[in-house]
Amino acid sequence: MATYSDTGLLLLITLIKIAVVIVALFTAIAYLTWLERKVVAHIQARWGPYLVGPHGLLQPVADGIKFFLKEDIVPLEADKVIYWLAPFVGFTLALLSIAVIPFGESFTIHGHTISFQITDLNVGLLFIFAVTSLGVYSVTLAGWSSNSKYPLLGGLRSSAQMISYELSLGLAVVGVLMIAGTLSLRGIVNGQAGFWHVGGIRTFLPHWNIFVQPVGFLVYFTAAIAETNRVPFDLPEGESELVGGFHTEYSSMKFAMFFLSEYANMITVSCLATILFFGGWHGPVFGPYALRVLLPVFWFCAKLFCFLFFYIWMRGTLPRFRYDQLMAFGWKFLLPVGVLNILATSFVVAWISSS
Amino acid sequence: MEVLFYIFAALAVIAAISVVAQRMPVHSALSLIVVLCSLAVVYLLLGAEFIAVIQVIVYAGAIMVLFVFVIMLLNAGREVPSHRSRFAHWLGAPLVAAFLIEVLFAIWQQFPTESTRPAASLNAGPAAIGHLLFRNYVLPFEVTSILILVAILGAVVLAKKEF
Repeated sequence: MATYSDTGLLLLITLIKIAVVIVALFTAIAYLTWLERKVVAHIQARWGPYLVGPHGLLQPVADGIKFFLKEDIVPLEADKVIYWLAPFVGFTLALLSIAVIPFGESFTIHGHTISFQITDLNVGLLFIFAVTSLGVYSVTLAGWSSNSKYPLLGGLRSSAQMISYELSLGLAVVGVLMIAGTLSLRGIVNGQAGFWHVGGIRTFLPHWNIFVQPVGFLVYFTAAIAETNRVPFDLPEGESELVGGFHTEYSSMKFAMFFLSEYANMITVSCLATILFFGGWHGPVFGPYALRVLLPVFWFCAKLFCFLFFYIWMRGTLPRFRYDQLMAFGWKFLLPVGVLNILATSFVVAWISSS
Repeated sequence: MEVLFYIFAALAVIAAISVVAQRMPVHSALSLIVVLCSLAVVYLLLGAEFIAVIQVIVYAGAIMVLFVFVIMLLNAGREVPSHRSRFAHWLGAPLVAAFLIEVLFAIWQQFPTESTRPAASLNAGPAAIGHLLFRNYVLPFEVTSILILVAILGAVVLAKKEF
């Protein structure tokens, strides 16, 4: 039976966790924008931001101040309530999904076990899918409520794209779920500890799902890029055709919210890729207790960083798809491959469990 | 927990009234999304996390997106009352009142006693639902999926004729 002080302590710990995660996430988002500009600049043989702070390190701060000071323009014919609501909904949902992501194992302090996760839902993965599926509304409603032609077209494009690719995203992870046998993200990571054994002999390959689900991973990551509206699937904001897409009519902090939620979504999707396919926080762990607690978090962040770098790398390398190519690719290639992957995986899982 | 239930139940009712009261189709659709999400929270309070999340994914995240998408595609504007049906004008309110009283009476008769409260050990996890769906109810499940497939084919055939 939990006493009053226990409940209070739990609440306090949770609040502290939320504060730490939010601060870390905001910093990560801010420096992700800096990293993107820097990396893309170097890919294109430029210097990128260099003036504000050493190597432009204070550029995100300057950008933030600039966003705050810009005039907030609302189109005269806009649907005011929805125009206000859209960026807030998008931003809230983008932050919400981080609540179930496990960053590391747990540590014990004064007899209390504290895990590196805000909350461990037993349907954690589905929770993230629910939150991302609601994220479409932010884009759609922003496009509609601006009451202007380019944003409307951008909003329509993006809702069609996000609905289409959400299916592949969902199908891609079913293989992992069949292997893990749980929907809890912590459970999925725990199932990937140790090394693969072939014929009773320990190999050097870590026990990650990527080695048994390579097709699932490729389908997942492709669909995830489309879901976050990034190059080469950034049709909703194709500058050359649609000015700025769904957020053309937005300015100041409301535009910044769209901008930030795009980066927060990138982080969530990369976290999920790390958890589902690359063993989450698992990696070489050694040394004293504090190091053994912090190293898993480091491995998680390192894997996450690789994915984010890959995102930016692709933006600097690939051209944009044409819209009909995008839809045909999603429905006629990615979706069937996802279904075939599920079929193959279920046969293998059934065969192994029967023998 | 009780407080949360009353908040979200009230929100569901208010949003449901707003669905019919709004004149803009998009506002109605948004109100319906609020209804579905508040219902999901009620499921969550009953201890059915899986149903709650599926409710959000399927209804709010998929079906309502299509609603909003179509409303945007048709660019449906503000609805204007047509004032054509005298019948609806005079009989609408009394019929609604009669129906409401009937529903309230039915609810009052089954007012939560101890026997209608959800059991504390309600097992509504994904594994339990999966076992039920694919063992006990596998035939209705498969028949439903064939029905949906037929509906999809029908929609495709109907849409093809337009071109």
